[in-house]
Amino acid sequence: MQRRDFLKASALPLFSASVLPSARAAQVIELPMYYPVAVGGPIAKILDGYAEQFHKANPDVVVKPIYTGSYQDTITKTLTALRSGGGSAPKMAVALAVDVFTLFDQGVLVSAEDLAGGDKGWLKSFYPAFLANSQVAGKTWSVPFQRSTPVLYWNKAAFKAVGLNPDKAPENWDEMRDMARRLTKLHNPVSPTDWGLQIPTSGFPYWLFQGLSIENGQARLASPDGKTTYFDAPETIGALDYLVKLSRTDKVMPEGIINWGTTPQDFFQHRCAMMWTTTGNLTNVKANAKFDFGVAMLPQHKRRGAPTGGGNLYVFNNTTEAERAAALRFIRWVTSPEMAADWGIQTGYVATSPAAWETPRLKEYVAGFPQAAVARDQLKYAEPELSTHDNQRVTKVFNDGLEAAITAQKTPAAALKEAQATAEGILRRYRNS
Amino acid sequence: MLNPKQGARRAWRQTLLAWALLAPALLLLTTFTLYPALSTLWQSVMSTPSGQQPTQFVGTRHFAQMLADPVFRQVMRNNLLYALVSIPASIALALLMALLMNARIPGRALARMAYFTPTVLPLVAAANIWLFFYTPGYGLLDQFMHGLGLPGRNWLGEPATALWAVTVVAVWKQAGFFMIFYLAALQNIPQHLIDAARIEGASAWQVFHRVTLPLIGPTTLFILINAVIGAFSLVDALFVLTNGGPDNSSNLLLYYIYQNAFQYWDTGYAAALTVVLIAILGLASWVQFASMGRRTHYQ
Repeated sequence: MQRRDFLKASALPLFSASVLPSARAAQVIELPMYYPVAVGGPIAKILDGYAEQFHKANPDVVVKPIYTGSYQDTITKTLTALRSGGGSAPKMAVALAVDVFTLFDQGVLVSAEDLAGGDKGWLKSFYPAFLANSQVAGKTWSVPFQRSTPVLYWNKAAFKAVGLNPDKAPENWDEMRDMARRLTKLHNPVSPTDWGLQIPTSGFPYWLFQGLSIENGQARLASPDGKTTYFDAPETIGALDYLVKLSRTDKVMPEGIINWGTTPQDFFQHRCAMMWTTTGNLTNVKANAKFDFGVAMLPQHKRRGAPTGGGNLYVFNNTTEAERAAALRFIRWVTSPEMAADWGIQTGYVATSPAAWETPRLKEYVAGFPQAAVARDQLKYAEPELSTHDNQRVTKVFNDGLEAAITAQKTPAAALKEAQATAEGILRRYRNS
Repeated sequence: MLNPKQGARRAWRQTLLAWALLAPALLLLTTFTLYPALSTLWQSVMSTPSGQQPTQFVGTRHFAQMLADPVFRQVMRNNLLYALVSIPASIALALLMALLMNARIPGRALARMAYFTPTVLPLVAAANIWLFFYTPGYGLLDQFMHGLGLPGRNWLGEPATALWAVTVVAVWKQAGFFMIFYLAALQNIPQHLIDAARIEGASAWQVFHRVTLPLIGPTTLFILINAVIGAFSLVDALFVLTNGGPDNSSNLLLYYIYQNAFQYWDTGYAAALTVVLIAILGLASWVQFASMGRRTHYQ
């Protein structure tokens, strides 16, 4: 303010044109946006490009993407910055869809309905499976953006080498175990791969595990209101039993915690023939696998299924009316079918609306690379990812239980019963309100 | 002869000067030590505010919660084990390296640098290198094991080894740092004391045990305090290597504080845990100063 007054005063005698742009520059709306990088690939470059492209079409808005580490770091930094306030706090962020309760309980969000001013048709354009994790108290608090779902990748060359049909992925649990057995050196010395299968369990084992629990008939691990968990349901325990047996009894998967980050590397290096990991890795695998590979839906058991995953766009309530309108404009632009298609092709994330899959560009891409459509086709079996109040803590309790069973410290039943009891203790206080 | 008025003025001036000289230190200590400590103590008896409920006084509730918290107990057990192993190990290793480096061996400067390198590397970078060493299957350690015909291990992924894998990295990291202090202390030992001992017929072990060790006592005390503080403030390696897992088997106190403060947003409980940390560190320094002060030979 002071500086502008000074400029005005000094430039006044000249009635300069230089004052006008500087005054106009002050009206440009800046939207700092925190975002994580959770998959391989030049995410930062792509997002910076989007911000620039958007600014060209909307000269009055500057979206400033700010890289903030992992999903975990991003939520930490976002909440810290929002608490301390100030001009540098983010106005928007890309954060895990499941952190909706955490952000909602902190009271920092603006709902998508309030942003869109009653335009409900727009939100209906997204796949319902991706919106399921956004609903709290009858409103939608985030917009699907970099969404994913786990799929099974398999090494066709390795399948061929052990006499399996290279074009056929395991259809169900039994088949996956039997195929994995033939692809494990321990059981079959001619196998070119050390292990048949890797289901990574480091950091956030609950996510891939939920794939197993859905297939075993336990679709949700928590109630939609985020106040009750189903960690000790018989189907959940049965799913963990299957997972633990894969490494401990059947010995087709390495024992102990399997690292999420090195699993794609293990796949490239012939250390495992099949892996479960996010579709977000698709572009990475396509670039680095030196062999023919296939992508399939997760195998079914009692039913077919997979959890959704990934991050949504959030807008915070430290925004002015004008900033909210600008944020909405950016969100609608970046989730438009054309942009969603581009984002999906460049990263491997699942384009978030059916309309995006109808764009010529994505149609053409799928025609040349049919693996890309597997995640989309799996969406009709997808269930919302585990999300509760005090989500980080409850999820940690569940992860600890899974890790205890995977590392054979506890039986699956004992570990999950304990986790359920602890989660009950945490969630009790949310039930009265 | 000063009259009383002049005397009073002089005394007042001296007091003023004393305060002026103390002010910078006082200001810094208050801002960065005293105020945060008191503020932490205050927060530890207040509940964590959430969107709907403002903070309120809860007394010792967080400390009662701690006693009933199995993760807290495990974290304390882990931290104690970690301290009991990492402190003696890094001090012994540091002394051994310093003795070697103090001897007249060829290429001494190069060897000193090699031993000091881990200290210069940022821990996060170093831990990432170790992450590769520990990778099951094709990590350096497993390749070595395979070479010997032994089966590999999932070093960071099994509760039995995760904490020790982290300990090795921490010892490797800080031993070089402690070595520098020992090296300086060793070079300050007057040669004539050692010569005198030799003339008296003392063996190499006797020289070390009776002459060298007592003379580097103050350094040992200094290193010990640093090692204890280090043992309870290790956190960066955990971010890279294990995130405290599997199932909290490598979780340590400071990392647990971080989890409570910045992952669960339970600032009240995190503050209470911090009070415990401060108490441990305070107690450790007090015990060491009190018990070793008498037996340490300051020159």
